[in-house]
Amino acid sequence: MKKHWYDYLWIVELTYLILGFFNILFAWIGLFFFFIPLIIAIARGTKGYCNRYCGRGQVFGLLGGRFGLSRKKDIPKWMKSKAFRYGFLIWFFIMFFQMLWNTYLVFAGTQDLRQVVTLLWTFKLPWNWAYHGTLFHPGVAQFAFGFYSVMLTSTVLGLVTMVLFKPRSWCVYCPMGTMTQLICKAKNGNKPSM
Amino acid sequence: MEHVKKKRRRAVVNQKDCVACGCCVKVCPLSAIQVIKGVAAQVDESKCVGCGKCAKECPASVIEIREVEV
Repeated sequence: MKKHWYDYLWIVELTYLILGFFNILFAWIGLFFFFIPLIIAIARGTKGYCNRYCGRGQVFGLLGGRFGLSRKKDIPKWMKSKAFRYGFLIWFFIMFFQMLWNTYLVFAGTQDLRQVVTLLWTFKLPWNWAYHGTLFHPGVAQFAFGFYSVMLTSTVLGLVTMVLFKPRSWCVYCPMGTMTQLICKAKNGNKPSM
Repeated sequence: MEHVKKKRRRAVVNQKDCVACGCCVKVCPLSAIQVIKGVAAQVDESKCVGCGKCAKECPASVIEIREVEV
């Protein structure tokens, strides 16, 4: 099958994760991965981002498919249920707003900058090599640490389900995917028709 | 002449559980499956030969290969 330019966006995803390892401020670039799918869903009413441009999905597809790092088993029924998908979306939202709140506290001066990346919302990994102070307010860095935590957490979860189930199992419960599908359903109705 | 019914294999999507990720679209050699309006995947029955690549790829395992009479 013919390869398109967007079939190489996995490079962008990997570059993003590597850049954030060395300088946390690059984490801000990740906002593109949040806003582009939403803009496509709202403006065009499609999941064009998931279908074509998602570099994260491509990474899982390559590692699990070509590199054979997946058992290629069916995902459990409960994991594809609406209850789990919507529940996970809500959970992600709550964690995201908590991250925004922490950013606000640093901006407001009531909390000091914490140079840690929180993995799976629990494990605080020291990440102090990736920040040496800049012209910007420490709150800018706090958002970057928080956002990178979100991105790394979802990558780790995606890798675990990639190994256990099918390569792109993450796509089943990806909060962005669930959210864009909901937007499309709201715009186009529940039943797909050509 | 009597019309002889043939059995053909076709992919069938359980649209209720489809997450519209588009993994199936990428692997279909005949472009017989599409994600419609970001809601769910849909098979073009006139093109599908039931090869099963989409079913194997689908991360939610919501595609089945069924025998249908045509």
